[in-house]
Amino acid sequence: MRAYTPKDDVQKKPYYTDRYWVAPQVAKSDVSADAVFAADLEAIKAKFEVLDAYIQVKQMVVVINAANNFGVIELMKNELEYNQLSELSAIDWLAQEGKFEIFYQMLSMSKRKRIRVKCKIDEKESIQSLSSLFRSADWSEREMYDMFGVVVNNHPFMKRILMPDDWEGFPLRKTYPLQGDEFAQWYEVDKIFGKEAREIIGPENRDSARVDRYDTERFSRLGHEVPRGADISQGEPDTPLCYQENEGVFLIQKFDAEKSVVISDRDR
Amino acid sequence: MAQHQVNYLKDGGLPVALTTIDKVVNWGRSNSIWALTYGLACCGIEMMASGASRYDFDRFGTIFRASPRQAELMVVAGTLTKKHAEFIRRLYDQMTEPKWVISMGSCANTGGMFNTYATVQGVDRVIPVDLYLPGCAPRPETLQYAVLLLQQKIRRESASRAQKPKRLM
Repeated sequence: MRAYTPKDDVQKKPYYTDRYWVAPQVAKSDVSADAVFAADLEAIKAKFEVLDAYIQVKQMVVVINAANNFGVIELMKNELEYNQLSELSAIDWLAQEGKFEIFYQMLSMSKRKRIRVKCKIDEKESIQSLSSLFRSADWSEREMYDMFGVVVNNHPFMKRILMPDDWEGFPLRKTYPLQGDEFAQWYEVDKIFGKEAREIIGPENRDSARVDRYDTERFSRLGHEVPRGADISQGEPDTPLCYQENEGVFLIQKFDAEKSVVISDRDR
Repeated sequence: MAQHQVNYLKDGGLPVALTTIDKVVNWGRSNSIWALTYGLACCGIEMMASGASRYDFDRFGTIFRASPRQAELMVVAGTLTKKHAEFIRRLYDQMTEPKWVISMGSCANTGGMFNTYATVQGVDRVIPVDLYLPGCAPRPETLQYAVLLLQQKIRRESASRAQKPKRLM
C-alpha cells in the first residue's frame, strides 16, 4: 500500500521544482591574468598561507586563515599600498557549513585596484579587530557584532551599534525571522509598561493589508463621524466636513464671501 | 453708575461678552496649540514645510517648540523604531497636561511598509493617539487640516475634563 500523504494544502505548496537549476556564478579567472594582482598575491604568499585566490569582476579575492587577518591587512596597508578599508562584514553560512565568512574590501588609490580578503570562522569563534589599522573598522566591526553576533577581539568599544543594548538575538542571521522573534515583538511593551501589560495592549497587527470597515476604535471617519467604539454595522450618518462648528467659535467669525468687498482703488 | 438703563446682556451696552469658562479656556487652548518638534523620518520634512512660510502654522497659533515641557501637541512624524520607543514615551510623559498626539503618516499609524523586527507597529502601542493622518507622506495641507480638526475636538470637550490624563491602558 502506498504511504498516505495529506492533500489538504496541496494548492499552497509549490508543485514544481527545477531539478537542474544551478545557482548562477560569477566567472572566476586566474590571478596571473593581472600583473599587479599577481605581484600582490606573491607578496602575501611569501608571509602567510593563502587558501585560494582568483579574480572576479576585475577584483582579486584572497581567501586566508582567520588567524592571519590582522597580519594580511597590515601587510596590504603598509607595503602593498592598499590604503582604504572600504567595507567589512560577515556572511551567514551557518546552515550550509556552520561558519561565518568575514570579508574585508580593500582599495588602493595609487594602484586603482580592489582586493577582497576573505576568511571563515566558526559560530562561537572570535576574530581579531582591525580598528588599530583603519578607523573605519571600528563601527563596521560593531555592526558585524550587532547583526551577526561575531565577537571581535581587541576592539576598543565592543558594543551594539544599531540595535538597543538590551536587545536579544542577531537580526541579520538567516535564522532570525524578519518580523522578529517573541522578544522583538514585545520589546517596546515589555520595556515601557512591563510584561504584565502584554495582554492589555495585545499582539502587533502584522497584516498590513487589514482594513476593518466597521472599526470605529482606530480610524477617524472623516465625513461619517461617530463616537469612538460605536457600532456602525447598520450604517453611519453623514457629517459634512467643515472647519468650524455650526454655531461658530467664540470671538471668531466665519468669513462670508458675499459680505466681502474687493478694493479696486488702492489709494482709498 | 450710569443714570440710564443699560441692557448688559446685549452687545454694545458695555464691552462685555458673556460665555462659559469652558468656552473661554477651550478657545485659548485650541488657538495656541504648541507642538513638539518630532520629525522622525521623511514625514518630518512635510511637518517642517507646514510650519514654514508657505503653509504657515503660526496663523493657527501652532508654534513648534523644542521642549516637551512647553508643548501640548506631539506630531509623531515618521517611523518609530523599537529602540526609540522608550524615548517617545518619556517625552510624552514630560509634556504638560492637557496634551494631544497626532500620528502622522503610515509609519506612525501602523508601522507602514516597515513590517520588520525593528519598527513599532503603530505609535498607539506606546502612547495614546488622538488623530491618525493617512499618507506617505501626508501633504502639509493634511497636517493643517488635522490641526484644525484637533482644534474642533478641543473645543468640544469640557475644559475641566480635558485635564484628566489619557491612559493607554
